[in-house]
Amino acid sequence: MNEVTKGYLNMELLRFTTAGSVDDGKSTLIGRLLYDSKAIFEDQMEAIERASKKMGEDEGVNLALLTDGLRAEREQGITIDVAYRYFATPRRKFIIADTPGHIQYTRNMVTGASTANVALILIDARNGVIEQTNRHAYIASLLQIPHIIVCINKMDLVDYSEEIFEKIKLEFKNISTKLDVKDIRFLPISAKLGDNVVDRSEKMKWYDGPTLMYLLETIHISADYNQLHQRFPVQYVIRPQKDEYHDYRGYAGRIASGIFKPGDRVKVLPSGIKTKIKGIDFMEEKLDVASAPQSVTISLEDNIDISRGDMIVGENKAPEMGQEIEMMISWLSEDAMKMGGKYILRHTTNELRCVIKEVKYKIDINSLEKNFDDKSISLNEIARISIKTTKPIYYDPYRLNRITGSLVLIDEATNNTVCAGMII
Amino acid sequence: MNGYNLNHLRELESESIFIIREVAAQFENPALLFSGGKDSIVMFHLARKAFWPAKIPFPMLHIDTGHNFQETLDFRDRLMKETGTECIVAMVQDSIDEGKAVEETGVNASRNKLQTVTLLDAIEKHKFDAALGGGRRDEEKARAKERFFSHRDDFGQWDPKNQRPELWNLFNGKKNMGEHFRVFPLSNWTEMDVWQYIFMENVDVPSLYFTHKREVFKRDGVWLAKAPFMELKDGEEVKVMDVRCRTIGDITCTGVTLSKADNLEDIIKEVAATRETERGGRADDKRSEAAMEDRKKEGYF
Repeated sequence: MNEVTKGYLNMELLRFTTAGSVDDGKSTLIGRLLYDSKAIFEDQMEAIERASKKMGEDEGVNLALLTDGLRAEREQGITIDVAYRYFATPRRKFIIADTPGHIQYTRNMVTGASTANVALILIDARNGVIEQTNRHAYIASLLQIPHIIVCINKMDLVDYSEEIFEKIKLEFKNISTKLDVKDIRFLPISAKLGDNVVDRSEKMKWYDGPTLMYLLETIHISADYNQLHQRFPVQYVIRPQKDEYHDYRGYAGRIASGIFKPGDRVKVLPSGIKTKIKGIDFMEEKLDVASAPQSVTISLEDNIDISRGDMIVGENKAPEMGQEIEMMISWLSEDAMKMGGKYILRHTTNELRCVIKEVKYKIDINSLEKNFDDKSISLNEIARISIKTTKPIYYDPYRLNRITGSLVLIDEATNNTVCAGMII
Repeated sequence: MNGYNLNHLRELESESIFIIREVAAQFENPALLFSGGKDSIVMFHLARKAFWPAKIPFPMLHIDTGHNFQETLDFRDRLMKETGTECIVAMVQDSIDEGKAVEETGVNASRNKLQTVTLLDAIEKHKFDAALGGGRRDEEKARAKERFFSHRDDFGQWDPKNQRPELWNLFNGKKNMGEHFRVFPLSNWTEMDVWQYIFMENVDVPSLYFTHKREVFKRDGVWLAKAPFMELKDGEEVKVMDVRCRTIGDITCTGVTLSKADNLEDIIKEVAATRETERGGRADDKRSEAAMEDRKKEGYF
């Protein structure tokens, strides 16, 4: 195996989300990351150049056209939906969930944020922290994105002023004290000219931190998964109808959190029956250890009746169980929430029904203020509510576990996914 | 495999296997669209891993344009036989004979678009409620916004402006009678990831992907393979060249690349160095800027 190929087998995956409007220079920044890492191909570049000319762009190439994939988006010059973009460096493969930043697209931002390791927040150095910044920071905190990188962009337009950079940093820190954010980094950049994006800035000698690309390549993400609580939602039961595997019964699923090893003492929920892990299979491989987010097949020492929706957990530190669930929600549908309405609830691999009991408050995500009076919930609104489920569910608070702490609601009449919930 | 630190290919693999199992759990009667190309071969490989040691609990479905590379068909038949997998073949020729599809004429004629008719017919005939495909978001702009679970109405159409939000790993396959889903487990893979994975897992792929001598001609800057049912335009000249396929589709519209790569590591190097997208050689995408979006809305793969 040559060195290059060996390198490919040693890369990590990092998912990040970007929120912002064209004015922030978000598209320019993404375009630069893609272009500098050679993820934009010549034929794509030619197509964008052609389209830019057609739209009468004077300033050469409009990199936003690269991400606006749908006809309506190109015609209207707006981004409607979450667009996924990919690039790689020798260290990492990156998945960008690029979302529109306006308030009417909150649901898209929430969607993009749900799987991200890192949130990239852009601030125009000329404007400092604005309403939109609050919104983006709040969503990153609500969805518990482990790392936030605040890029203070367009530094070239404020004479690369350290003072302005420090002032904006302070403004942002003021918001973040109200939020639940673990790791925030600040970077002064110029996406247009490339300062501190891939290469260090010659103009900002006062900044001695890493470049954006270096940060994305090295930010420590392997500890982001909860390694403490063993949670394995059973997705599918494997019973081969073959002679050589006559007695084989495997429980297939994706580890939500924790580290599993053969011999571990475990408990099966909801029955509560205790047993031991016999083996962890991944096709012909027998694994000594497996952890999130691996998809594996677990077999158990005892023959227990287990089906999809059950959960195999560590004997200690069991999840909470209950039917009255308190959660923060993001409403995703154009149909308003029906108070007392019944919805289908999907949580891990479990599906059941629930009823909306109460709205505690709504959050104005521009001012971050709570509204206890208005109880109506419609598209893009964030609120704290309580529901009651038809059967108990086994869950962890979302801040401890993004998989066992999250759920969606589905409207029974339209089959649409209408609500994203983060259990408190 | 180290359980604490997965490399990017293992993480993508885990995600795709999760999606494939989710399809088996949420749908009554799914099928996996198999074309014999590298993406569908990787899908097949992942599906075997997902259910091992049991067999894949759903059949393969091949939409056969009748304009295939023979190597692809031989490869398909061998793979299905060796693994004891059921493969349903739906022929575009049958749709033409039944009058449901009309053959394009002229020098650029292709059966690529006609596949949609045959595909939707096959889905209806076999009552499939989900079709797993190897589509990737990096292939084309319209695909960049498609969901893993992509809902199709009872005409098989895709509505890009009305897609269901997908959060965390919660997938909603709820539907009404007559509707179905297209599911794309490889959504987050790139062409490079696919090749690296094929290399890492030592997956067998058709010999067409490696260099071989073939009769080719150049049209609109793209090298195409000569086939009996293709008309040559004036001035087009058939030459024998060292080529390989970067994608394998209908022979009439799949460009070949001049290449001497005869092993996977060389292919990976070539992909790393190349400056043109994989679909750049596909004449079907060049028809207009929104060509893919339009075909997808009608029910294409």
